[in-house]
Amino acid sequence: MYRIVKKESLNSTVTLMKIEAPFVAAKAQPGQFIILRVDDEGERIPLTIAGYDREEGTVTIIFQIVGATTEALNHKNEGEYICDFAGPLGTATEIDGLKNVCIVGGGVGCAIAYPIAKKLHEMGCRVTSVIGFRTKDLVILEDEFKAVSDELFVMTDDGSYGTQGNVCAPLNDMFSQGKTFDKVITIGPLIMMKFVVGAVKPTGIPCVVSMNPIMIDGTGMCGGCRLTLNQDGKKVVKFACVDGPDFNGYEVDFDEAMSRGTMYRGFERQAHEATCNLFKKEAE
Amino acid sequence: MANMNPKKNPMPSQAPEVRAHNFKEVAYGYSEEMALDEAMRCLNCKNHPCVAGCPVNIHIPAFIEKIREGDFEGAYKIITKTSTLPAVCGRVCPQESQCESKCVRGLKGEPVGIGRLERFVADWHNAHSDEIPETAEPNGHKVAVVGSGPSGLTCAGDLAKKGYSVTVFEALHKAGGVLVYGIPEFRLPKTIVQKEIDTLKAMGVDIETNMIIGKTLTVDELFHMGYEAVFIGSGAGLPMFMGIPGESCKGVYSANEFLTRSNLMKAYKDDSATPIMKGGKVAVVGGGNVAMDAARTALRLGAEKVYIVYRRSLEELPARKEEVEHAMEEGIEFRLLCNPLEIHGYKNPEDPRDPKNGFVTGMRCIKMELGEPDERGRRRPVPVEGSEFDIDVDCVIISIGTSPNPLIKSTTAGLETNKRGGIIVTENGETTKANVFAGGDAVTGAATVISAMGAGKIAAKAIDESFNK
Repeated sequence: MYRIVKKESLNSTVTLMKIEAPFVAAKAQPGQFIILRVDDEGERIPLTIAGYDREEGTVTIIFQIVGATTEALNHKNEGEYICDFAGPLGTATEIDGLKNVCIVGGGVGCAIAYPIAKKLHEMGCRVTSVIGFRTKDLVILEDEFKAVSDELFVMTDDGSYGTQGNVCAPLNDMFSQGKTFDKVITIGPLIMMKFVVGAVKPTGIPCVVSMNPIMIDGTGMCGGCRLTLNQDGKKVVKFACVDGPDFNGYEVDFDEAMSRGTMYRGFERQAHEATCNLFKKEAE
Repeated sequence: MANMNPKKNPMPSQAPEVRAHNFKEVAYGYSEEMALDEAMRCLNCKNHPCVAGCPVNIHIPAFIEKIREGDFEGAYKIITKTSTLPAVCGRVCPQESQCESKCVRGLKGEPVGIGRLERFVADWHNAHSDEIPETAEPNGHKVAVVGSGPSGLTCAGDLAKKGYSVTVFEALHKAGGVLVYGIPEFRLPKTIVQKEIDTLKAMGVDIETNMIIGKTLTVDELFHMGYEAVFIGSGAGLPMFMGIPGESCKGVYSANEFLTRSNLMKAYKDDSATPIMKGGKVAVVGGGNVAMDAARTALRLGAEKVYIVYRRSLEELPARKEEVEHAMEEGIEFRLLCNPLEIHGYKNPEDPRDPKNGFVTGMRCIKMELGEPDERGRRRPVPVEGSEFDIDVDCVIISIGTSPNPLIKSTTAGLETNKRGGIIVTENGETTKANVFAGGDAVTGAATVISAMGAGKIAAKAIDESFNK
């Protein structure tokens, strides 16, 4: 059992939790993920690590309430326990030797982008951050990004906060001004990452994406998280859990990944509703 | 006087048309009368060739003798002298190619039903006794076992019996390895696995779940923590795919994923939090035991039609004969000498947002014929030109094997693997790294529960000897 030592609502749909998991905290690196189960009958879900404190032995996760499991997780409170918390899994984001990096985060993806930006900043790397959200109420981690970025662009789709537009707009501006980076690292919804890759591609700057497909075990056993890379005209199957979650954005078949991500949409919607109804009933 | 009936006592089982719709165990097991009658068929012959046929060398005639005497607990004690998981082995061992294949009675008629008797003894013990195997006084040595599948549990059990302090590290949230995530409930009820694991715990074995060795801790860190020897039984790894178009369509699973969803995550239960595709028409590609498990699971989940698609003929099917027969009885259709070329996915030309887009609609196959034997002596299947045809399916489960998991190898300096990724070991299970031993699928690639147990046993012996040099 793993204790929730801190819980904080970042906005109406995004929650931060600090979980006591000393073995995971001792090893965690930016870009890696964990697998958790909320309770004994629960499903296993992967969540990327949003932070860690080796001394305290805690790992921070930030999650969006999108389905039955994240709904159930969000109903847990400080001091309560979750059933399973295993990791750190996947490979760490490669940041060694980088001097000038652009981080592009979208929505709850910013939670995963932040520890990478922070680590780069601590290394003395110049950090340009672009973070995008649907609307003002969903903006998270703005102050945190400000503290570790040499330049920060906050975008909202509806213009209710920061600058109106998607994350590609400031990228295109910077590129047209002749700015360049050692690497662009992007984390967010698949469709956003696909467009970021499209925007970066003409510059030839290496562009890393963080994939978050459906997973079961997370340890390289089930193959559910497979995705297709186009490497030199050849199609290669990779597993996000052991080969990733970071991949060369130019190689990823995003359309396939988006399609695979919707496999259980009907089931998930029903399960989420059923869970919400259950909690409502309990509340009454 | 021996029972000279040429046939084994038949195994009482659920009728095929009933069991095809439930997840309850197929076979009920022998009654005491049947067990006694079957035990009378053993001639207790002098050379007892059956023992040599058993990877863990259970003293078979001796335990059968105890059954004849009506001393079932005595029979259990003889089995557990050499085997850690009798209730499991009695169910999933391929006895027909091991102990029973050597039985003298098999020369004229059917061999003694050794597997059925082993199961009877283990079930009798589980129902009547809480006694745990004796363990020696603690000897002060600490051993780490990586993986709680058949090889790890066997190694842990044997070492615990000898007085070692053993910790088993399991990556998943539940102990048992392939016995819980892979083999379905109808072939191996999970309560039986749990009972065997509880016995190990009662013997003092510590089981730590959610510990991914290679990630959470490395093998070297285990030594720093005070473990003096490490056994790696991490099992087979990444599922293989065919590399044909359409394999990433929605509705294409690896057998590992499909079975893990159903077995470990209980997706077969109506209230499970883990989804799985139920119903429709299902094709399972491959002919091993795992393929049979996947096909029969799909059937029980409500599929209207299930095919086994295998590129060779019935004779070459690598699955156990009993599993193939069970599958056939249940109505699974075998499309033999048949190889998939492409999986078709739905694409609505009018509407790219159609939720049906990307789901499997069918599979293109080609007929095969058997050509010249390959290096292993199996006749190589070759496509029959122009014989392509489509089968109408909604779900495809790929069950063509696995390749070893890279997590431990990539984080353990000095641990060498062969070109297929299997850990290199000596005949005693020693790896190329000092005090590190390995066995089971992590060494051999996908094989059987009992061969993994045999490897766990050999390694336990070698570990014990390494401390007593």
